[in-house]
Amino acid sequence: MSYTENDLAKDLENSEYKFGFTTDIESDRAPLGLNEDIIRFISAKKEEPEWLLDYRLKCFKIWSEMTEPSWAHISYPKPNFQGISYYAAPKQTKKYESWDDVDPEMKETMAKLGISLEEQQRLTGVAVDFVMDSVSVATSFKAKLQELGIIFCSFSDAVQEHPELVKQYMGSVVPATDNFYAALNSAVFTDGSFCYIPKGVRCPMELSTYFRINEANTGQFERTLVIADEGSYVSYLEGCTAPQRDENQLHAAVVELIALKDAEIKYSTVQNWYPGDKNGLGGIFNFVTKRGICETNAKISWTQVETGSAVTWKYPSCILKGDNSVGEFYSVAVTNNYQQADTGTKMIHLGKNTKSTIISKGISAGKSHNSYRGLVQIHKNAHNARNFSQCDSLLMTDECGAHTFPYIECKNPSAKIEHEATTSKIGEDQIFYCLQRGISEEKAISLIVNGYCKEVLNQLPMEFAVEAQKLLTISLEGSVG
Amino acid sequence: MLKITNLHASIDGKEILKGLNLEVKAGEIHAIMGPNGAGKSTLASVLAGREEYEITEGSVDFDGTDLLEMATEDRAREGLFLAFQYPVEIPGVSNVNFLRTALNEIREYRGESSISAKDFMALVKEKSAIVELDAKLASRSVNEGFSGGEKKRNEIFQMAMLDPKLAILDETDSGLDIDALRIVANGVNTLKSDKNATIVITHYQRLLDYIVPDFVHVLYDGRIVKSGPKELALELEEKGYDWIKAEFAH
Repeated sequence: MSYTENDLAKDLENSEYKFGFTTDIESDRAPLGLNEDIIRFISAKKEEPEWLLDYRLKCFKIWSEMTEPSWAHISYPKPNFQGISYYAAPKQTKKYESWDDVDPEMKETMAKLGISLEEQQRLTGVAVDFVMDSVSVATSFKAKLQELGIIFCSFSDAVQEHPELVKQYMGSVVPATDNFYAALNSAVFTDGSFCYIPKGVRCPMELSTYFRINEANTGQFERTLVIADEGSYVSYLEGCTAPQRDENQLHAAVVELIALKDAEIKYSTVQNWYPGDKNGLGGIFNFVTKRGICETNAKISWTQVETGSAVTWKYPSCILKGDNSVGEFYSVAVTNNYQQADTGTKMIHLGKNTKSTIISKGISAGKSHNSYRGLVQIHKNAHNARNFSQCDSLLMTDECGAHTFPYIECKNPSAKIEHEATTSKIGEDQIFYCLQRGISEEKAISLIVNGYCKEVLNQLPMEFAVEAQKLLTISLEGSVG
Repeated sequence: MLKITNLHASIDGKEILKGLNLEVKAGEIHAIMGPNGAGKSTLASVLAGREEYEITEGSVDFDGTDLLEMATEDRAREGLFLAFQYPVEIPGVSNVNFLRTALNEIREYRGESSISAKDFMALVKEKSAIVELDAKLASRSVNEGFSGGEKKRNEIFQMAMLDPKLAILDETDSGLDIDALRIVANGVNTLKSDKNATIVITHYQRLLDYIVPDFVHVLYDGRIVKSGPKELALELEEKGYDWIKAEFAH
């Protein structure tokens, strides 16, 4: 019996029925490539207002005229931007009213990410906005946050429900012209998270988003906007994991933080995307632009634990615009096998009495390369600006590399800038000492590395710190040489 | 408990231990003395399982098992403890976290369940008193910023916590003032029982005023060349090592 057109049609019909699809959903994946039509497609899919489509098209034009930056200490095959699909929605597009409605399979996936959402909800009261392949599928604790006037939703919802806030602040800290990847994101971003804390409100729980790259060959272009109004406080957690993939996946997110007068934003990231295999095959390319702006007396604190991705290019930065504002950057970046990381921060001091602290801990294992790149810039009106930077590198093997590129530009003589840097190799004496106390080598490395990163891990909220410690251990398994 | 037979060990091709014999029974304290470069610290390192040393000949029996076949961490788990001459610093790792990890690894090896936080803290309190170790030091990073005396007291505190069968004290007296020496010695004496044994490696007789050995051995040129009662230590103190050197030089 031969397979006829009719059979095919029947099969398609059946499978549609089986999964509850409509024919429209099949096209919820954009064709490969990028042009104005694709942007119109994305915008239409998301039922966006005209102004946003115009913004996207403008950004696309800017991007088209830019070239990919090459100054970072990383080398990788340039992504083929016309070989990527710029929009994919999950198979099931239904929005969940409650946690109970969420697909059990999806829950299982989340459980595999290390910490289950349920557990987080139960133990910690974390409100999680789970982003799977570009569309938010679960939002919790929304009601409680609503009582306080806190808005915590997907970026798409914010566009529909709070267009005035999005319009006012999107691109105000990271303009599309900032860099190649920011421009690309601004043109094609699909979804992300939005958070607004009203005046004087202290957000009572950690806000958390889990990103996960799911579909093969789908670029992820997330957009996050956090606005802390005058005198407010918020702690925001972002964690990422991805399943194993053979081809490189591009990720170019943009995160913008706005801390208005007297506000404070604490932004913590644990990133463990697929780093590629032992031979350097596969893994995520992570090109992220993260930046915050501080008005008078405001404070922004970035904490990141980076263990994943094949290539990381990331510089969470602070523009200290207001007088007495404070910027902090705490970072642990681990690279193993053939991973490459070029990461650091920029502290731009514009206001008087502005203060910044940079604590960077790089750990290199295998044949990896780990670079710290940081800029401390003191502008001429930034009287009495202070900066303290500490950049430590820990080498696990003889074949890995650690590099430090600190840049300091100072135009005000009253500034005080301190920079400390150390490079050390994990001590055989330390390991022997642990072994002699009955501690296994794996545990010994875990202890030593976690101790080395303690200043940074201490900045993370409790439950995140535990996950981060586990991650560090997993990332460095069998890596001493 | 410990029987070392004809032990030969070398590092980078250079032979340091050249046929060392020693037997230690439960309940005994043995002092090993000898001039610089005789191989005292090498003996401690070889017994503890430092990988840089190559064992070329001989055997070491530890309570019926072949010590040399065991991994470093398993030797510790079987109850061999080395108080280091130069305890290393582990920044960012608190003493209590370090010890709880060690204790639980040892318990797991013995098929016991993990110690509860409450029992552990009670144990810390009890054992830190033995060496008059400030409770604050227990929560500080392992040896980081400790004075020489504090580091050595911390070693004995760890020994008290892990309750080993055989403790090897490698030049524990070096760098100690008289008060610290007394405290460390008191700690060792308090921990002594008829079930455990101690090997005290030292350069000077001074420590042996406080930790009284059952036997004194002279280690010279990779071998134990003379053994005797505690009075031998006094004789060495008086005469130095030259007469030993003269007698055994070849």
